[in-house]
Amino acid sequence: MSVLELQGLSVTYRTEGGDVPAVRGVDLEIGAGDTVGLAGESGCGKSTIAAAVLRLLPTSARVEGRVLLGGEDVYAMKPGRLRAVRWTGAAIVFQGALHSLNPVHRIGAQIEEAIRVHGLGDAATARRRAADLLERVGIPASRADRYPHQLSGGQRQRVLIAIALACGPHLLIADEPTTALDVMVQAQVLDLLAELQRDEGLAMLFITHDLSVLTSACRRLAVMYAGRIVETGPAEDVVRLPSHPYTAALAGAFPTIGDPASRMRPSGLPGDPPDPAALPSGCPFHPRCNRAVEACSTTDVGLRVSAPGRAAACVHVEPA
Amino acid sequence: MSEHDAPIVSLRDVHVRFGRGASVRAVDGVDLEVRRGEVLALVGESGCGKTTLIRSIIGLEPVASGSIEVDGHAVTRDARSLRRLRRRVQMIFQDPTGALDPRHTIHEAVAEGLRIHRVPGDEAALVADALARAGLRPPERYVRRFPHELSGGQRQRVLIAAAMALDPAVLLADEPVASLDASIRGEVLALMRSFVDDHGVSIVAVTHDLGLAWNIADRVAVMYLGRIVEVGPTEEVLAAPQHPYTRALLSVVPETRRLEQQILHGETPDPSRIPAGCRFHPRCPVVASGEAARLGIEARCRGEDPTLTERAPGHTAACHL
Repeated sequence: MSVLELQGLSVTYRTEGGDVPAVRGVDLEIGAGDTVGLAGESGCGKSTIAAAVLRLLPTSARVEGRVLLGGEDVYAMKPGRLRAVRWTGAAIVFQGALHSLNPVHRIGAQIEEAIRVHGLGDAATARRRAADLLERVGIPASRADRYPHQLSGGQRQRVLIAIALACGPHLLIADEPTTALDVMVQAQVLDLLAELQRDEGLAMLFITHDLSVLTSACRRLAVMYAGRIVETGPAEDVVRLPSHPYTAALAGAFPTIGDPASRMRPSGLPGDPPDPAALPSGCPFHPRCNRAVEACSTTDVGLRVSAPGRAAACVHVEPA
Repeated sequence: MSEHDAPIVSLRDVHVRFGRGASVRAVDGVDLEVRRGEVLALVGESGCGKTTLIRSIIGLEPVASGSIEVDGHAVTRDARSLRRLRRRVQMIFQDPTGALDPRHTIHEAVAEGLRIHRVPGDEAALVADALARAGLRPPERYVRRFPHELSGGQRQRVLIAAAMALDPAVLLADEPVASLDASIRGEVLALMRSFVDDHGVSIVAVTHDLGLAWNIADRVAVMYLGRIVEVGPTEEVLAAPQHPYTRALLSVVPETRRLEQQILHGETPDPSRIPAGCRFHPRCPVVASGEAARLGIEARCRGEDPTLTERAPGHTAACHL
């Protein structure tokens, strides 16, 4: 059974200016111990998906489709069950570790709180488990009495990972977990996540705009544009030989060092992502696409399977 | 050397210190030149002193010892020379949202510098020209807008326009694309490179993104704990790195999987406690693996501070290897 399954998930924010469709029909499946990357620009809906999985969306959001966590429909759960599933079924690590931690509480206490709130042990058990978790993420247990400001950015990110692991979740959702970090610290955190995934069989959903990070950290990749998945497949293949012009543009944004083709040739994508409240007709990517043909402005093709395990939503893709 | 070949910026043994008793050696003896019409990428981890170093170039950080010259003029703390300097040297920052006043229109954001430096000419025309050169076309569409009405990439272009409106000789860019989406990154980098190629400006780009260096920089300088540890042409430094620190940095870039990953443990060390000998030796994989001992240089790594020595023409590294 999959750890997470999204079936035709749509999320619409109701605003004073009208309905804003942030996610428009997303299907995604993550098996036990699998790592899936979700890539895309700001506003493509990727963080909305993260929040939708655990029903963390604001009340102005209308959710359609189904979110199955371990086969159970999250949106059909009673409040008590939902509380139990949050953190034990799936846990989220957000970006910006400084803002997610409470500045006036010691880091050890913040980990213990997660354990006690879920009734997973008394104070002494929680303290022991918090110490183990700190060691697990590479922070000496003796630092449990430190405050967040006494730690570096990388250490704070590790504390957040420790909190997320506190209740032994099956799925870890990491929303831009390394974006604010330095290269070396980013490598340390990615290494830690890979180790956790390997040793504890944790399934992961990685969300970021940096395709290069996803390629090294994930087995499969889904690229989002304007609220939809426009390409999906094995991570290496998708980045090396993208089928969708949008994936190609994202992959080209981070050059391969040593590759003469990108030397002195920064490559980007002209224009800005579309306003979700006023999506272009046809394929929403066509105004920025360098391969757009006439049909693109009128028809929006869905995902077409091009090879086993690979699909892209583009007229240039020959269905297999 | 003719005046044209003379570097636009030159730093000689520059030291910047902070804290009680000047105990934090943020910049600890830097010799560096920026050539006319080049992009120099200054790379290193957070806290290595790279931002402090470029701030010292526009007189924002007092220099404890050593000298900085821009276009042949010494950078001093004298108000009049600072004003002249700050027109010749412009700086753009990482976060374009924080750098723009939310209550000022785009016109105001670009015109402010022109007024401060009393640039002669028609203000509206100068602003329009600057916006157009930064790729905000047609400029009339932008001048009356406010920062919140623009995307992140457009805001960074406004800041570049405001800096370039003053026709500077040097542009200092602190992580110019780190807060931008991947798709916009290439566009902004291409814009920066075009100012070098078309207008002869020199750019120092502070970054931890080696891909940025590969995309636009002529040369790369690698900084570690207040010191330049390797500098040379981009192709050489990134393809044939000489310093173990540069090699470690390259090995953790997600795309360069051909190198065996050397994740350095711990955080960037503390500039108030710079290790004796080679400042990198406590984290150096060459020392840790015992290779330095086999080569008989370990005692020097632990006891002797290496200076930059030439490894190839124009390519120097500070390592006992």
